[in-house]
Amino acid sequence: MATLTIGCFPGLVGNMTYDFALKLAEAAVNKGHKVNIWFSGNAVGSVKAHQKHLKDYSTGEKHLKALIEKGVEICTCEACTVARGIQKPEGIEKVQWNAMHWYLAKIHASDRVLQIGGE
Amino acid sequence: MGDVKLAYIVQKPQYKGETSRLAITHAIAYQTVEILLDDGDTVTPTLCFIGEGVLGLQKGQKAMDFYGITSTETHIKNCLLVDLDVLVCKEDLAKYGITEDLMPDADEMGADKKIRVAPFSEIQKAMEDAKHILFF
Repeated sequence: MATLTIGCFPGLVGNMTYDFALKLAEAAVNKGHKVNIWFSGNAVGSVKAHQKHLKDYSTGEKHLKALIEKGVEICTCEACTVARGIQKPEGIEKVQWNAMHWYLAKIHASDRVLQIGGE
Repeated sequence: MGDVKLAYIVQKPQYKGETSRLAITHAIAYQTVEILLDDGDTVTPTLCFIGEGVLGLQKGQKAMDFYGITSTETHIKNCLLVDLDVLVCKEDLAKYGITEDLMPDADEMGADKKIRVAPFSEIQKAMEDAKHILFF
């Protein structure tokens, strides 16, 4: 089995790219691959806990929790996150907070990397 | 595993969105990644600007004065200071009428590296040599 690292940069709401990134991660982990997800840019807004899932809007929380339960490592860029007013105690449990070198270290050990760009 | 080469390809103009800037800061992060790697393992990014990505790189930027944020120029200088290879597509600069002498350097900071205005063929070579390509 391979290791896939996904760099996810688009915002949670306003496009379906974020949703695609999570679906892809789910498909890969279900096939037995090791998956890492790095959030940066507007994607970091999705790590805030207590999201209300309105049917007109994409949601991150329940999908992220499910992926973490399946062993996916998820990390948010701390600088991007606090710049948006989200503090670590407000974040979804078990989502890691780190600097950009976390992403590079995961890339180093990856067979494939998908950089999913944002705004 | 040794060294892993990465090609960062920036296609979006600076200041238009966030990701073109994040390409630069993610590249600079190679300086500290070793704390998370085994001995002897390294990551070597090459930062390449192509297409509209060549816009907003010129020297003389006043982003800190007017908006209170670090300019792209400063980020580029930091790249050079930490010995990153920075390639700017020669053909795309010419397309937008931007001359090579407008590219910033970090001589006053003591950097040895300089921006390399390179033909696209050289950027393509950087992509071919890289294990992973990241498009921003």
